[in-house]
Amino acid sequence: MGDILQLVLKRLGLGVVTLFVISILIFFAVELLPGDIAQAVLGQAATPETVAALREKMGLDQPAILRYFQWLGGAVTGDFGVSLISGERVSTAISDRFVNTLFLACYAAVIAVPISIILGVIVALLRNTLFDRVANVVTLTSISSPEFFLGYILILYLAVKTNYFPAIASLSSDMSFGELLHRTFLPALTLVLVVTAHMMRMTRAAIINLLASPYIEMARLKGVPAWKVIVKHALPNAWAPIINVVALNLAYLITGVVLVEVVFVYPGIGQLLVDAVSKRDFPIVQACCLIFAATFILLNLAADVGSILTNPRLRHPK
Amino acid sequence: MVPRKEVLLEVKDLRIEGYSDEQWVEIVHGVDLTLHKGEVLGLIGESGAGKSTIGLASMGFARDGCRISGGSIEFDGMELTTTPESDLRALRGSRIAYVAQSAAASFNPAHRIIDQHTEAPIQYRIQKRVEAQEDAMELYHRLRLPNPNEIGFRYPHQVSGGQLQRAMTAMAMACRPDLIIFDEPTTALDVTTQIEVLAAIRDIVDQFNTAAIYITHDLAVVAQMADTIKVLLKGEEVEEAPTEQMLDSPSEDYTKSLWAVRSFKRPQKDRPAAADAVPIVSVKNVDAAYGKIQVLDDVSFDIYAGMTVAVVGESGSGKSTTARCITGLLPPTKGEILFNGESLPPRYQDRSKDQLRQAQMIYQMADTALNPKIRISEIIGRPAQFYGNLHGAELKNRVDELLDLIELDPAKFYNRFPPELSGGQKQRIGIARALAAEPSFIICDEVTSALDQLVAEGILKLLDKLQEDLNLAYMFITHDLATVRSIADEVVVMQKGKVVEQGPKDKMFTPPHHPYTDLLLSSVPEMDPNWLTTLLEERGTDSIGEAAKV
Repeated sequence: MGDILQLVLKRLGLGVVTLFVISILIFFAVELLPGDIAQAVLGQAATPETVAALREKMGLDQPAILRYFQWLGGAVTGDFGVSLISGERVSTAISDRFVNTLFLACYAAVIAVPISIILGVIVALLRNTLFDRVANVVTLTSISSPEFFLGYILILYLAVKTNYFPAIASLSSDMSFGELLHRTFLPALTLVLVVTAHMMRMTRAAIINLLASPYIEMARLKGVPAWKVIVKHALPNAWAPIINVVALNLAYLITGVVLVEVVFVYPGIGQLLVDAVSKRDFPIVQACCLIFAATFILLNLAADVGSILTNPRLRHPK
Repeated sequence: MVPRKEVLLEVKDLRIEGYSDEQWVEIVHGVDLTLHKGEVLGLIGESGAGKSTIGLASMGFARDGCRISGGSIEFDGMELTTTPESDLRALRGSRIAYVAQSAAASFNPAHRIIDQHTEAPIQYRIQKRVEAQEDAMELYHRLRLPNPNEIGFRYPHQVSGGQLQRAMTAMAMACRPDLIIFDEPTTALDVTTQIEVLAAIRDIVDQFNTAAIYITHDLAVVAQMADTIKVLLKGEEVEEAPTEQMLDSPSEDYTKSLWAVRSFKRPQKDRPAAADAVPIVSVKNVDAAYGKIQVLDDVSFDIYAGMTVAVVGESGSGKSTTARCITGLLPPTKGEILFNGESLPPRYQDRSKDQLRQAQMIYQMADTALNPKIRISEIIGRPAQFYGNLHGAELKNRVDELLDLIELDPAKFYNRFPPELSGGQKQRIGIARALAAEPSFIICDEVTSALDQLVAEGILKLLDKLQEDLNLAYMFITHDLATVRSIADEVVVMQKGKVVEQGPKDKMFTPPHHPYTDLLLSSVPEMDPNWLTTLLEERGTDSIGEAAKV
């Protein structure tokens, strides 16, 4: 087990290095954007003197390198500066929104991951049957349609025409958990439809890949029933690719929700990011990007560790 | 008169089809087979003879892409060809069990050995988990596995190949089946390990009076195991007879030719008498390591022009590593390689084109050593172009000449791709590719071990002829002592990275031997059906079961 701990620590270290490189990219990419922030904040009518004064106040007259390290130093301690528009602390502005996004992602994941793995196992078992084809067509259709289209279709049929769910996922602090689930069901369902196909097809492929192995033939020749051959003999050896594709989709649930949040007017980090970009609120843009990057890195790390833990050769060394 | 035993399996006019090139082609053409309770039937033949397909069919099983298209398979009164799949499944593992060729690949890497063992008995409600585990340990004990009470709780990758093969035999025994299909169970093992597995299998089959179909391409092995031998060729029966009779007086020409393969032997050549003769390759005090693990320890031997030096030993003894050191793929950590008396740079990157040209290699798996997407003309032409700087018509002539040398018709093979060739033809292309560089020294790494005996003999004869014509020196890596006997002039015996004995072949095959050489030599199965029994008696254990009871 010591080896695995060492491996995890090593990956974690590499993750930190990657994040550092990304932070450089994010900071200087924003820096490259045309236009002057102080000018943008004050509007075209501002005199050069007021603009210069604001620049000095915001620290924009200092060299970029210096500002980068000030920003990085703050980010490490959780201080991303203040919003240029509202003057609110970035960390406060983001934290509520991020929690909302995480909640929606978890909601979708809790539904999507089990469904797609179970469906994947079933279509592997019933491969090349009508069920397999129907499942493939349905999931492929849902993955090929743009999210906003899916979202609007769901709104049309499940909100406008039938009134089962609210069309707008607005949140208030005094509602019960059940109500919360009810209100956010449509955005969650949209996300589920988007990510299921990928995970299901990967599960199917990973299992079918193994079916030609001698140990699968051995299991059949021992009289093991077909479902058990798949679940007990193939699935445990197929985890590594499945875990990786699950992690990729979980990351997408957090970083790719912008459109869904806009469609359902859901107060998540994606909406915040869109607002901030249009208003040139750079501290918020930078903080959002950094959080997205960290999410990606952490989930990929988790996938790596997961793949290692499901490999008996690594788990039980000679 | 001994009363005739009860018939267990009766196969009549079995026909099996395989799906290839979008149509069904018959691959087994009406084979009959009768097996009585407690009897062992040996099925032998070259690859493609349909041995495994027939073995699996006697479980009512056809691999994906195959189907049983005709005939009847009657097992203990049940007609398997018309039995529904669910009933067939209930038969597998409980009444008919299977032992596969590679236990390492056939044990599921994700589960402990004993959990795979107890799967069938628990499923068929023959035993509860704890009972089944105790029974497994008992079987491990009988099969003389080390630490029988613990070994089952390991994962397959934590156990050696020979032990896994015995554990798989134990697994087949778990429900005490009436019939076991052994599909080349020792082919992937070293001769020394093979003996243990053979003895274990024979013993356990005797003890439980289990009937067995023993599939192999090795005649000497089947002679030890079977009561009756059936010879197959291209999906058809050639002949069947009791073992002794089959060995003494085979009636069909094909069988006789199989029997004769092992008789190819070439007179031994001696080192040049001149005192100043310089060996073409000289390995001097070479040590080598993979990372921190030392794999070669002070290896030294010489190879003279026109001679064949066989390097023998079990897997892991360092034979192939030595070859990697000579070719410069793995720089030695100590010692040096001399070529015609001159020291070679340790890394192949530092060697001159001419130094590289002089030493060529032929690989074990011609399938993987030839790029399937490149035409034969280019596979052979490339080294001729690279080393000989030949182009256009000159190059084509050279390729034709090389194809002639390896006895393949240039007109037919020039434009073909490797997958269109048979195993023996592919290996010939491998030889031609080595010859294209006009080397003086060729390393042959287990070049015949993936081939059927008749084909292998053809390759050996070809290599011998080429040696005569071109005065080539061979380093022949092999674990098959029959090959050594037929082609070698000198023998180097390796064990655990060291050379334990070396000398001229005739001397090596006459006692006294080094104890390890003796072990290797005596472990090679012989055609005498009593060989295994006699050998085990000499080694002091007349049967595995007896030893286990002590």
